[in-house]
Amino acid sequence: MTATIEPEVGKGRLRKEDERLITGRTRWTDNLTLPGLVHLAVLRSTVAHAKIVSIDTSAAKEMPGVLAVFTGDDLDPEGKIGMPCAWPITPDMKSPRRPVLAQGTVNFAGEGVAVVVARSAGEAEDALAEIDVEYEDLPVVLGLENALAEDAPLVHEDLGTNRNALWVFDSGEAGSGGNVEQAIADAEVVVKRRFRQQRLVPAFMEPRACVVDPTAAQLTMWSATQIPHILKTMSALTLGLPEHKIRVIAPDVGGGFGGKIAVLPEEIMCLLIAQKLGKPVKWTESRSETMVAAHHGRDQIQDLTIAAKRDGTVTGLKVELLADMGAYLGLVGPGVPILGAFMFNAIYKIPAYHFACTNVFTNTTLTDAYRGAGRPEATFAIERMMDELAAELGMDPMELREKNWIKHDEFPYTTVSTLTYDSGNYEAATQKAMELFGYEALRQEQRERRERNDPVQLGIGISTFTEMCGLAPSRVLGSLDYGAGGWEHAAIRMLPTGKVEVITGASAHGQGHETAWSQIVADQLGVPFEDVEVLHGDTQSSHKGLDTYGSRSLAVGGIAVVKATEKVIEKARKVAAHMMECSEDDLEFSGGKFTVKGTDRSTGIGDIALAVFAAHDLPEGVEPTLDSEAVYDPENFSFPHGTHLCATEVDTETGRVRIRSYVCVDDVGKVVNPIIVEGQMHGGLAQGIAQALYEEAVYDESGTLTSGTFADYLLPSAADLPSFTTDRTETPSTTNPLGVKGVGEAGTIASTPAVVNAVVDAVRQFGVNDIEMPLSPMRVWQAIRTGEKAAGGPGAEAGGGLGSIDPAHGGAQ
Amino acid sequence: MIPAPFDYVAPSTVDDAVRALADAGEDAKVLAGGQSLLPVLRVRLAAPTKIIDLGKVAELRGVREEGDHLVIGSMTTHYDVQRDPLIAEHAALLARATDTVADPQVRHRGTFGGSIAHADPAGDLLAPALALDCEMVIRGMDGQRTVAAADFFEDFFTTSLAPDEILVEVRVPKHTGWHAHYEKFNRVAQAWSMVAVAATVRTDGDTIAEARVALTNMSSVPVRARGVEEALVGQPATAESIRAAAEHAAEGTNPTVDGNADVEYRQHLARVLTGRAISAAMAG
Repeated sequence: MTATIEPEVGKGRLRKEDERLITGRTRWTDNLTLPGLVHLAVLRSTVAHAKIVSIDTSAAKEMPGVLAVFTGDDLDPEGKIGMPCAWPITPDMKSPRRPVLAQGTVNFAGEGVAVVVARSAGEAEDALAEIDVEYEDLPVVLGLENALAEDAPLVHEDLGTNRNALWVFDSGEAGSGGNVEQAIADAEVVVKRRFRQQRLVPAFMEPRACVVDPTAAQLTMWSATQIPHILKTMSALTLGLPEHKIRVIAPDVGGGFGGKIAVLPEEIMCLLIAQKLGKPVKWTESRSETMVAAHHGRDQIQDLTIAAKRDGTVTGLKVELLADMGAYLGLVGPGVPILGAFMFNAIYKIPAYHFACTNVFTNTTLTDAYRGAGRPEATFAIERMMDELAAELGMDPMELREKNWIKHDEFPYTTVSTLTYDSGNYEAATQKAMELFGYEALRQEQRERRERNDPVQLGIGISTFTEMCGLAPSRVLGSLDYGAGGWEHAAIRMLPTGKVEVITGASAHGQGHETAWSQIVADQLGVPFEDVEVLHGDTQSSHKGLDTYGSRSLAVGGIAVVKATEKVIEKARKVAAHMMECSEDDLEFSGGKFTVKGTDRSTGIGDIALAVFAAHDLPEGVEPTLDSEAVYDPENFSFPHGTHLCATEVDTETGRVRIRSYVCVDDVGKVVNPIIVEGQMHGGLAQGIAQALYEEAVYDESGTLTSGTFADYLLPSAADLPSFTTDRTETPSTTNPLGVKGVGEAGTIASTPAVVNAVVDAVRQFGVNDIEMPLSPMRVWQAIRTGEKAAGGPGAEAGGGLGSIDPAHGGAQ
Repeated sequence: MIPAPFDYVAPSTVDDAVRALADAGEDAKVLAGGQSLLPVLRVRLAAPTKIIDLGKVAELRGVREEGDHLVIGSMTTHYDVQRDPLIAEHAALLARATDTVADPQVRHRGTFGGSIAHADPAGDLLAPALALDCEMVIRGMDGQRTVAAADFFEDFFTTSLAPDEILVEVRVPKHTGWHAHYEKFNRVAQAWSMVAVAATVRTDGDTIAEARVALTNMSSVPVRARGVEEALVGQPATAESIRAAAEHAAEGTNPTVDGNADVEYRQHLARVLTGRAISAAMAG
């Protein structure tokens, strides 16, 4: 046994999972095949809201290779099965039943109406065209304010309202701060703004897929999911199946971004049909289906009022949100905007705060978690607001932030929304970022360009953000009526040859857990990095877990791994003392060895593992195993923060925005692997910038998603993005033994307002104080031309929409 | 994402390809690289019963000189067009426009003739073909005919090709020594042009002797900006004269409206980008 000298934690190791992920030579759900496997294809509604008059499946059943065609009534004759929502945010929240396939009515374009089972995927797809559905149109409910209008038609007639729930936090009532109406009434300056968070599609790389095998002892489901453990329990509850008869496997999963936190009707459908036919079944969606049927993200109207003194001291913040749930409630959909409630006050000391969110049903694809989930929306709004307040006061926007943020010596700090931030150093991150950015020189250039009326104007955008990560302390989730806890599980298996298997309840889908967990375990147990294997995503091996989302894996799951290794070491200590005939107290463990203090006598943990395996000579009463497990429930969230600075050039003749430089200094606490952190930052920045400039899910007035392909839903590539300057400060979290905070969502949360602030800053001299996202060239150009009259505000002409593949003109050579 | 079933043939001569197309009737489609056709098949917007793949027809690939023309085989890939020395010398505008087509993967598979025959108004090779007064050489069972670019593009995705005809060659009048630039405006690097301008100019000393300008995606077909050309000829090549000429760019255009741009904005872009295209051509 060689002890590792250099610590693994902090080392920029290449990811051990990357070779198989990048080459694709691995096991995804869709490339799994089983004897007798049959294939499903789902017919989806082309209309947004209609009564289903009839569904004729007879011709489809006669198509080659077709084994069966099912409707919702076939699969669930009593109409009792509903997809679960695990987050009833208020006692009176309205929850429509979301069936496996539409029954009676369709409520959004893309909802499943019937399913074909065939011998091949192609035959299943061919038969879809032969199903004849007769619809009787119902009025389509689109747009948050339209849906809440007094005479609005209803998405769900039986609910009697389109209002899903109203959730309120008030610092005056909570005792965490003052009365916001008083603060506004007393304010020297009040700024009001309305922002729109456009709807986004979580464009994960691997479309969703599910295989169910009913032929083994357990009903086995493979799914491209982020949440195999939750899916197992929820499948049992949804269908009344015994939980111990279900096994769920998330094999390698190609991304999720929150879009795979779900219990899908298609997964439940696969369970039902596999059992019905006694054959293994597979469902794999096309990208076109992902776009309309997988849950979307964001989609809010945000009304903010900020109160301040003339000197820039913020005295109150009032937030009124409308949040579009779509036609049904996703697994955690209603809670997504509520997560934002704790983040509008951000890094600032705001003495009075009021938050009210109304969740609304419309005839659109449901919304749920998408990278950041509630926190990007909040961060965008407050960071935009700080720039607007600075402009109103004639202050430098960074100076305004400094005046209001929590100083590094004020931690731990309990905010107006009742969270206690354990640590942070906003000054340090900001100072580093300002130096890297060359803030003063850029301001100078901005002045010069303005003075000479340059056709290309320069703008500087700031985002000094924080986020709550490490979801989550179970008691907090309980207080928010969330349907589960927030702990995580880990186990260590010490193999006879000294190798180590780590079992984690986190479920990686691209994050690099195998590498990071191996580094942690290598340090904890003093074994080589290469000797550690990480097992995850199969409820048979990893029997307990709460999966991966909300930047929780390292800050919760990683700590569970640490706790499990500590138990291994304690067990091994007893055996080591016995082997070396000394007292346990005389032993110190370091570098994988127990050494008798003050001597050179030592025993390696691998030798102990072998001795325990043989079990020939163990101390009295000691079980022959070093294997250990731990469940860690965090006592607090973690609070990464950072300062992001963006310089944009705006071509005033065309409205085109070019990001000239982007600097971010993030503080994600202790870093296990800097390459993984860097990768998360780059990907996160790309996604956040994409919300600012490119992406938008657009519905036409009939409720058809017009941005239904990647020709219309614009994702940036590397060619569209600047070379990022990323750096870090490291203020450890004080609430976990590794000092880690989480990095999965930071870039996405921080970057959107930095970009929009920069663009608005570039054109503010034309009277512009907002431009609706995404900031398409046309919107920017129109804003410049018309100034504040037409800038911003919901309901403007949507972006996207260029379809070079036109159904009316299919001619192609 | 699974196309409807179809038969597939890959003839090795133009004659065989023409015969296969004629035999297959109206439900056949020609595959000429497939960068537009395959997505259409996969989302089942088209469901031809027969695909005739021209990928193995060697005689359709390559560039040659014929007197004062270049002749470009329709199956010449974008990659080859970008790097062809004859095109660089005599029809630089085509190379510059081809540089902007999609991404390297697409340019290796997609073909010059395939793009022209697809006739997507947002496609980047239509306007250069129009600006350069190219001629389309078309082969059918009844033999060969030649159609001017101005007559070839009829409407959105519609050309004067009959269902049983194949575009075999494009004849390009030599524009040797002309300055050229293609100014493309799109929202992300891999997106189609919202508006683009193909400009090529011959100078005589400091004076603009001849100019050819055509616009991408400003109508259902590529549009020749005759007003701009006329305003440029005989003028000194100054920023002032270019700007004045570019003011004519939107004349006679009839752009579509989509989420990216309304008519007013597209016409504004056409004027701005025309000025930039000509200036860049002069500078290049």
